[in-house]
Amino acid sequence: MSEATYDFEIRNLQASVEGKPILKGVNLGIRLGETHALMGPNGSGKSTLANVIMGHPGYEVTGGEIVYKGLNLLDMEPEERARLGVFLAFQYPVALPGVTAAQFLKTTLDAVRGDKKPKASEFLKELRGNMDYLEIDQTFLNRFLNDGFSGGEKKRMEILQMLTLKPSLAVMDETDSGLDIDALKVVAKGVNKLMGPNLGLLVITHYERLLTYIKPDHLHILMDGRIVLSGGPEVVKQLEEKGYDWVREQFGQEVVEV
Amino acid sequence: MSTTETPSGLMDEYKYGFVTPVEEDTVPKGLNEDVIRHISIKKGEPEWMLEWRLKAYRWWLKKTEPRWAHLTFPPIDYQDIRYYSAPKPKSDKPGEIDPELQEAFKRLGIPLEEHNRLEGVAVDAVFDSVSVATTHKKMLGDLGIVFCSFSEAVREHPELVQKYMGSVVPYTDNFYASLNSAVFTDGSFCYVPKGVRCPIELSTYFRINALQTGQFERTLIVADEGSYVSYLEGCTAPMRDTNQLHAAVVELIALKDAQIKYATVQNWYSGDKEGRGGIYNFVTKRGHCRGERSKISWTQVEAGSAITWKYPSCVLEGDYSTGEFYSVALTNNRMQADTGTKMIHIGNHTKSTIVSKGISAGESCNSYRGLVKILPTAFGCRNHSQCDSMLIGGQCSANTFPVVEAENGSAIIEHEATTSRISEDQLFYIKSRGLNEEDAVSLIVNGFCKEVFKQLPLEFAVEAIKLLEMKLEHSVG
Repeated sequence: MSEATYDFEIRNLQASVEGKPILKGVNLGIRLGETHALMGPNGSGKSTLANVIMGHPGYEVTGGEIVYKGLNLLDMEPEERARLGVFLAFQYPVALPGVTAAQFLKTTLDAVRGDKKPKASEFLKELRGNMDYLEIDQTFLNRFLNDGFSGGEKKRMEILQMLTLKPSLAVMDETDSGLDIDALKVVAKGVNKLMGPNLGLLVITHYERLLTYIKPDHLHILMDGRIVLSGGPEVVKQLEEKGYDWVREQFGQEVVEV
Repeated sequence: MSTTETPSGLMDEYKYGFVTPVEEDTVPKGLNEDVIRHISIKKGEPEWMLEWRLKAYRWWLKKTEPRWAHLTFPPIDYQDIRYYSAPKPKSDKPGEIDPELQEAFKRLGIPLEEHNRLEGVAVDAVFDSVSVATTHKKMLGDLGIVFCSFSEAVREHPELVQKYMGSVVPYTDNFYASLNSAVFTDGSFCYVPKGVRCPIELSTYFRINALQTGQFERTLIVADEGSYVSYLEGCTAPMRDTNQLHAAVVELIALKDAQIKYATVQNWYSGDKEGRGGIYNFVTKRGHCRGERSKISWTQVEAGSAITWKYPSCVLEGDYSTGEFYSVALTNNRMQADTGTKMIHIGNHTKSTIVSKGISAGESCNSYRGLVKILPTAFGCRNHSQCDSMLIGGQCSANTFPVVEAENGSAIIEHEATTSRISEDQLFYIKSRGLNEEDAVSLIVNGFCKEVFKQLPLEFAVEAIKLLEMKLEHSVG
């Protein structure tokens, strides 16, 4: 398969935090319609990769490029990446006291849509539908975003934002961490609703269980800042037959926790 | 005398920085009894008014500037200030407004012509030392509401002025209040009679135009038993590289079952990035809840001035009376603010609420100073105070000086305070959802100020939000 066929491509990406190299040449390609899982032990660079894709100023990119829709994301501000259709579901969403969830969702949707702002009534109708789907109480609309939310509520709110903004390239940074099985199912349900030919999805996790609800068609293993295994449906099929024990045997216990 | 100077390249940041070329009738610089007599004559005042001014002046001479505030500024030369400046009337016809002045207020968003005036807001427009127009007088008059310039009130309603002026802020109150009492030039007066609910917002717009002139306005609002009035105050000044003094006095009196809401959006010129120029804003504002169940609410958005020294306070004398103070104080560049409130509980079951939001950016310094005092004879009083500070960037500072003196054991007093900094993670989170940095900052700041903004009438709240956004441009990153 030639490189040019990827819609989103990370090429030889290198990045450091406070001078310490974390990513040491990452290569990864995603086509719209595909779901990729990225696994790896703590400290392997998974969250760094997610933050660099979105453009967090605390990470220094020392080499490589990230190309989406023919543009190098590394030349763009985070808000420009968002307007291009890139979305990051945060591992640790921040609280915004004084800013209601409804206000935040409308403001951000208007920002990514640019000239095609939805009408308030349409927006609210769709939002309420999505909230029901994600089993979020309607009272959350008037609560301050993530302010005093439990871990599970924050993660659901991330998925609600994703359903609202309808990105074409979404990265989920350990959305499953700290969730009980019911919350996990709801999160998976939300993500599955968005999946389709117009979404490229990168699911970062180090738990096997999420991937029983969000089925990847590609799998990547990140170890010490490099992708050490990358495979398509054939690898996933192998996984289904042999289970993740096979990965653990090959790359260590920490790569994939049960 | 007309001037047109404006430091270049600053117009984008302070759009009210223009100077209106009108001929001004002024007095020579400096202060003495002759200048005070001159002001009194210019305004056609009765003898008692002049006597009061002179008593205040003699008191002021014995006093020195208070220096206890957390503010740094060079000594002010009170002899280098002009104490009276009024635009010369172009026409002899009474009631006709100079087109230049009309144009000036139009640029400030305050149309004065009857056919064009603001819906639902009566405006008293004060230009330097005089009031140039008061709108909606007829409609208010039909309800028995007096709303006019202070000078007019002294002439037309001397009994009301004599009864209430100085009864909340006496001329002996403090250095700046004494100075104001001696030289005050104009301001607004409002009296709402018994049982009348003022149906529209009353508003005064203060404009400093003349060079090296101090503005000393005085506002007096009396709400008689069972009445209600909501009042808005706005202010701007041209940009100049020298400091100008503004020392105002505002007195509010609420009798039994009366309510007064007083809101200010203060946007005096705050000086340039290096701290040159700007208004020194030394203001005494106090409300007196004189009757049972009366209520006074102060809401302020302080976004301008090089220096702000201001403590809108409530004296809660009537049993079951209520005092409120809602404040947003924003400082940027080299601005300094020392602002807060005093809630003095004298009556039984009196209640007060303080919500203060301080935002510091640039190299500015922003202090909250507050006093909650419960007298020994005041039973069953309550206070809730919330003082939050937000820092933007690493070179500014925020201070809180809250004092509580509870001399009656039955009082319930709560105080909460927080200090936060806009974090890189907060900004990144919002930016990752499509907002640029400035929109992200204003989203955070507006959320922070929400409790105060919701106290303002809607149009004013929108203006206040725009003002803060403008003031914070380029202050992050």
